[in-house]
Amino acid sequence: MMLGLIAQLDPIESPSIDWFAIAPPLALFTAALFIVLVRSIYRHNPLIRPLALLMAITGVICAGAFTFVQWLLIDADGPFSSTGPYEAIEGMVAVDGFSVFVMTVVLIATLLAILLASGYLGRERLEAPEYYALMLCSATGMMIMASANDLIIVFLALEILSIALYVLAAFDRRRATSQEAGLKYFLLGSFSSAVFLYGVALVYGATGSTNLTKISQYLATTTILDSGVLVLGIMLLLVGLGFKVGAAPFHMWTPDVYQGAPTPVVAFMAGATKAAAFGAILRVFFGAFDLYRTDWRPAVWALAVLSLLVGSIAALVQTDVKRMLAYSSISHAGFILIGVQAANDAGASAALFYLFVYALMVFGSFAVVAIVARGGDENHTLADFRGLSVRQPMLAGLMTLFLLAQAGVPLTGGFVAKLSVFDAALDAGQYPLALLGMLTAAIAAFVYLRIILAMFAPEDGADIVRGKTRVDFGTGVALTLAAVGVLFLGLLPGRVLDFAQEATCRSDEIVAGVVAPDDNDCGVGEPGSGGPAPEASPDPG
Amino acid sequence: MTDFPTLTALIALPALGALAILFVPRGRPEIARALGYAASVATLGMTGYLLHDFDTHIAAPQLGETHVWMESLGVSWTTGIDGISLFMVVLTALLIPIGMLASADIDNATSFTMWLLVLESALIGVFVSLDLVMFFVFFEVVLVPMYFLIAGWGHDNRRYAATKFFLFTMAGSAFLFVGILTLGYLYERANGTLTFDAETLTNWAELDGSLSSNTARLLFIAFAIAFAVKIPLVPLHTWLPDAHTDAPTAGSVVLAGVLLKMGAYGFLRFAIPMFPDAAVDLAPVFLVLAIIGITYGAIVAAMQPNLKRIVAYSSVAHLGFVVLGTFALTIEGLQGGVFTMVSHGLTTGALFLLVGMLYERRHTYEISAYRGVWKVMPIFGGLFVAAAFASIGLPGFSGFVGEFLALIGTFISSRWYAVAATTGVILAAVYLLWAVQRTMTGEPDEENQAMREINLRELCTVVPLLGLSLFLGFYPKPVLDRVEPSVEAVLLRTCVADDPATPDDDEAVVVQIRDECPEDAPIPVAAEEPES
Repeated sequence: MMLGLIAQLDPIESPSIDWFAIAPPLALFTAALFIVLVRSIYRHNPLIRPLALLMAITGVICAGAFTFVQWLLIDADGPFSSTGPYEAIEGMVAVDGFSVFVMTVVLIATLLAILLASGYLGRERLEAPEYYALMLCSATGMMIMASANDLIIVFLALEILSIALYVLAAFDRRRATSQEAGLKYFLLGSFSSAVFLYGVALVYGATGSTNLTKISQYLATTTILDSGVLVLGIMLLLVGLGFKVGAAPFHMWTPDVYQGAPTPVVAFMAGATKAAAFGAILRVFFGAFDLYRTDWRPAVWALAVLSLLVGSIAALVQTDVKRMLAYSSISHAGFILIGVQAANDAGASAALFYLFVYALMVFGSFAVVAIVARGGDENHTLADFRGLSVRQPMLAGLMTLFLLAQAGVPLTGGFVAKLSVFDAALDAGQYPLALLGMLTAAIAAFVYLRIILAMFAPEDGADIVRGKTRVDFGTGVALTLAAVGVLFLGLLPGRVLDFAQEATCRSDEIVAGVVAPDDNDCGVGEPGSGGPAPEASPDPG
Repeated sequence: MTDFPTLTALIALPALGALAILFVPRGRPEIARALGYAASVATLGMTGYLLHDFDTHIAAPQLGETHVWMESLGVSWTTGIDGISLFMVVLTALLIPIGMLASADIDNATSFTMWLLVLESALIGVFVSLDLVMFFVFFEVVLVPMYFLIAGWGHDNRRYAATKFFLFTMAGSAFLFVGILTLGYLYERANGTLTFDAETLTNWAELDGSLSSNTARLLFIAFAIAFAVKIPLVPLHTWLPDAHTDAPTAGSVVLAGVLLKMGAYGFLRFAIPMFPDAAVDLAPVFLVLAIIGITYGAIVAAMQPNLKRIVAYSSVAHLGFVVLGTFALTIEGLQGGVFTMVSHGLTTGALFLLVGMLYERRHTYEISAYRGVWKVMPIFGGLFVAAAFASIGLPGFSGFVGEFLALIGTFISSRWYAVAATTGVILAAVYLLWAVQRTMTGEPDEENQAMREINLRELCTVVPLLGLSLFLGFYPKPVLDRVEPSVEAVLLRTCVADDPATPDDDEAVVVQIRDECPEDAPIPVAAEEPES
């Protein structure tokens, strides 16, 4: 009889799946599956290592190609008949400028991290192809997050990317610090996921949907008399995502995890995770809750101020370079939040541009740390950097470049990134915040100078023997690409700035379309945005 | 001829030299040195061409060009040069090769030469930028090579000094940066286009009604903090003695000769023309600070046991005259300020070079270590005394012309400030002559006996500077002629802005006293409509 009842019910209609919309993350995931598959078949074949590396790179390049085609499709000036930004799979996934831009950043970070990992794994005798598989899985989660248009999908993506990262953080299981990092990240991360999920539930309760477009439509047509539940839900979402980007006061895990986790993992997660999580923040807050900006802007403002202060001041007392860089990543989160809290188009594209630059410069810094740390990956104190300019002048020069870029010195990408977020903040009338940002940048500069000074200081006596560390080919390529990128973005940032601006424009129509027309800089015939930016192709090598 | 982008080439040439040095193989410093000389001397030659091309009678920036740089952020690559910046560029191009020549025996010459060239490129960039963000870019970039020069080749306390220098200036620049962006955005809000072009912004900002007087004052203060740190004005000067004392000789020469002028230049080029009302209102504050700088710098200099610190504090005093002349807001004052900027670069440069030579011989800056140097090294002693006199401002040297003009200018508009500042002239004689007496005269002891006389290379570094100072002391016309139209343009902005906008009594008096402000002052710029 039960069966009869069930048979009478309408079958659950599964949505038609637009495979092309999710092709980029699928490409990465396929590559990950292939690596695991090949690994389980040919367990002891020595060729497995280069093969896994090759498959990982292929996966990233394929994903990049798909992303590029998506950009061409949604770009009005592209060669194909433009579809404009669109939603796919019952509105679960959006293909728009935000998604393409964030995916580009994630793919660049992933590619660089894979190149860096190849040498590192050999040096540390961690020759496990699973490393690449995990990294690709995590990147898959980030890619999905970039295009997620439904809070459930955001949550799924959050979990996919986090679980792979928990394992990666603890990957060097012989080192207690690595295990500690993994465990700490796992505990706090799952806690924040729960908070995020609670926020999703509250928002669903208040609006009746988890779909961002539907939420924004609902909020546009309905006045919620008692908005307490909704606002609480929004705040919980902010907490969950704020944890992932490492914004103060949800930053507690950052120094410990960055210090303990294998350095190439840190190089990967610092840039890529921030990009993905900020992509989600932009989409959720600018899209779904744009009408409630008066409620969330003060909260984001507070997060920005706290992150700037904590990130720059706490870094002053550190002696471990990885911890210093961890705190500096908190202050960078603060800078990006300045762009977010401006709550205008300029702010969104400034945040996107900042993420692009940040991924390159933070990768570069951690890559140098990974090299200097030498076998065992445990030498990251300032003392370990002493005399680097004599031992390996090229490496010291590159590190100097990356650190100066992080300090926001002009002619590097870091300066243009800061310029663009402050532009947005001032556009929104936030003079004190901009001033505070610049002053904390000066404080943070002191931290970077300490590292630079250490590198250019002479060796201190013969009691510590620090040899040269070999820089293998993959790492060299990755470092060069990052350095060229940082300089290029400082000297001629026009193309990427336009790309970020276009990306924001190509998203407005999807994310709610509630953005007030007056802060919409995206006039179609605007002379500034001539043509699509070819930088959409994320894979120069 | 006219299409050649001379100014951009002036920025690019040293930068290309520095780039080429990057590829010099290790252990071949002589190649790097040759490249350094080639690039810097070529730059110097090009400034000669610039002097030739420069039209004396034009007040507005000339010989410049404009290109799009970061379009979506409204930033352009705009260059141009006028009488105020012309001599700063020439001074930069002159002091860099001299600095190289003075550092012939330095360790690790490859990177030293490279940083000097980067510094030259950035400094020229500062003085030819006519886009505010572009100016800021170079203003900040200057810190990096200077930081490495001090931290890498300085003396005992160099890392502390270098870091202090970097952080002080960067904190000051924070205000400048926010000020620049705010101005750009206020312009955009009013006119619809985002631009940081200095001329457009200046013409707009000085118009009545563009900015409320409160906003203008805040923006002026934001600009002023950054420039005051650079100059340095007195409460913000503490980085200077440290940086000077511990910098290598070439670093000190460029630091005193050009870097400090960036602040005064910023006032003349941006802060005063853009916010003339605020500048007139706040002028007394800066006059007082300048006088404190002049007297405090002189008194502290007199107390120093360290020869290099004396010269460092004398810079504080001399730059006080620059600020004094600038904020006197009269033709003579402004001319005197600019002339002192040039003259101070020559005389203090020479003093630092000479002190550096003593250090190379005895490895100490302590005055007590030197006695009777003149007897051991007669030529050196003569030059040292000449440089001291030049720095004191003895008539016949350029220092006299600059300080005299600055004081006259101040006397015209604000009499008692000039009286107070004149004490500084006397104090300058006290500290320098006393130092000369203690080191140069007397009977040399054994260690001093062993010092070798100045050689030809060292002569080649000092003599051009002192010669130029002497020449300009007798015949300042070439400089003053070129400076005059440009400072007049600056001054006119303050006069024009005054008349309708300030019913205040105090300022009315200032305007009245100022003879240079005719009632019917032509309004060269305010009449122009800002573009689109």
